Amino acid sequence: MSNEATPPLSRLVRELAPSGIRKFFDVAASMQDVISLGVGEPDFVTPWAIREAAINSLKSGHTNYTSTYGDLRLRTAIAKHLDAMYGVRYDPKEEVLVTIGVSEGMDVAMRVLLDPGDEVIVPEPCYVSYKPCVALAGGVPVGVETLASDQFRISVEQIDAAWTPRTKAILLGYPSNPTGATMPREALQEIVDYAVRKNLYLISDEIYDRLTYDGQHTCVAALPGAWERTITLNGFSKAYAMTGWRIGYACAPEPILSAMNKVHNYSILCAPITGQMAALEALKVGESSVVDMVGQYNQRRRLIVEGLNRLGLDCHMPQGAFYAFPSIARTGLTAEEFAERLLFDEKVAVVPGTAFGRGGEKHIRCSYATSLEKIEIALQRMERFIKKLPASAQAA
Amino acid sequence: MSQAEPDEILTILARDARTPHETIATLTGRSLDSIKAAIADYEKRGVIKSYKTIIDWEKAGVEKVFAFIDVKALPARDVGFDAVAEQLYRYPEVHSVWLISGGSDLRIVVEASDLREVGRFVAEKLSTIEGVTGTDTHFLLRKYKEDQILFVDAAEDPRLVVAP
Repeated sequence: MSNEATPPLSRLVRELAPSGIRKFFDVAASMQDVISLGVGEPDFVTPWAIREAAINSLKSGHTNYTSTYGDLRLRTAIAKHLDAMYGVRYDPKEEVLVTIGVSEGMDVAMRVLLDPGDEVIVPEPCYVSYKPCVALAGGVPVGVETLASDQFRISVEQIDAAWTPRTKAILLGYPSNPTGATMPREALQEIVDYAVRKNLYLISDEIYDRLTYDGQHTCVAALPGAWERTITLNGFSKAYAMTGWRIGYACAPEPILSAMNKVHNYSILCAPITGQMAALEALKVGESSVVDMVGQYNQRRRLIVEGLNRLGLDCHMPQGAFYAFPSIARTGLTAEEFAERLLFDEKVAVVPGTAFGRGGEKHIRCSYATSLEKIEIALQRMERFIKKLPASAQAA
Repeated sequence: MSQAEPDEILTILARDARTPHETIATLTGRSLDSIKAAIADYEKRGVIKSYKTIIDWEKAGVEKVFAFIDVKALPARDVGFDAVAEQLYRYPEVHSVWLISGGSDLRIVVEASDLREVGRFVAEKLSTIEGVTGTDTHFLLRKYKEDQILFVDAAEDPRLVVAP
């Protein structure tokens, strides 16, 4: 190494805070016998028929690039699926893009929509990458805090209060990671109407759509007025337990989607073909597995929420995804203190709510993508942990 | 789907018969009283036949021999294979009796303490039953999975401890 200092890295990247989850992970990963409620992915393995299809595609020698948009059979199946589920129509030839998970779709969407200084309204607490994706695209994320008392839903009034002439888009992510919140159809329609009035784009991350327990999921693009200004992001990770395959998709009107394909083409070319073949099979044969997994998540949801409330950790009933987001306010600890001490004292990993932005203070995220047995043990350990806290910190 | 979804209570008990009624109430979001009433009704109507344990006898150090025997039989007038099946299920060493499609008519599972005992059962009891025209015996060598339960060690959770 030369003694001379190399030039500084990009200011944007230097100023970007590392993920709050990352720091916590390093500690938890070094410990033994940890029961983790900290995992943001299904505990199920991808259904065997889907894995087998991927193996067979390799045996058949499918190891090449696909179209940058993705394999046309997969895009066609995605378009059919969205039409059947939500009655929303996309032309598979030029309005569907297969991405490396929703993560890439989000990144590309922001890069396509934003000029430097453009603002994006982001309801918080939210998934860790939303605001960084806006910032990395040169935009300015404008967080809007949502509250447990509102079931972590966002209203048009809150959005309007955050609006400025630089506002270009609203980012919606429902069902929500980390709160499990969903949005009623009427409330989403109000937001769509607002976006039409103010001429804003909507980016809707619907990766947890199938994991909706109470009522029906509303696809934003299916709402009157939404289609021409909405980028729909979704994928296979959660519904089909396919996180590691990294297959997602973006759907939008042709002018937006062809711009996204341009960026996608230059940055990653195309999603891996083996994952695409697996995803195609998932849409063909995966439905019964989805129904079975959702049924199991629903049971776990009730078990964990009932248990957390019993411990005095007030928790609204999440209506989607696989996270409970209880308040730890009564313990008098900060979210980081709670998570750290729970990990060291009782070896239960949860994620402090602060990792998900404003509104996450005094909350922890508990993933219930784990077995009933493990949830019960984790609740017992948490009970022991809370009982050891000073009496003033315990539930009455 | 043309068939109704099974009651969640049944799928929970099929997975773990020891699940307390209180937990079933929590898991299903139903009242404790309605759970108790539904289970009592299932028991009364024989929908729930029994509560059993799945034991790995080999691990418990108990020698047991299991044989799957495919039986060919002549159906009797009016009762079909029922008469033969009844003759079979009366034997305590016969665990299961199923009417099946394919090359044979009935498949039974026989439990014994050693191979000779199975041999004796086939030669002296099974073959002498009226209507039985042939048998084909398969011995169980190793269990991998039974009633959804793996008999081999499952892989550990490969996920990262904390992930976004």
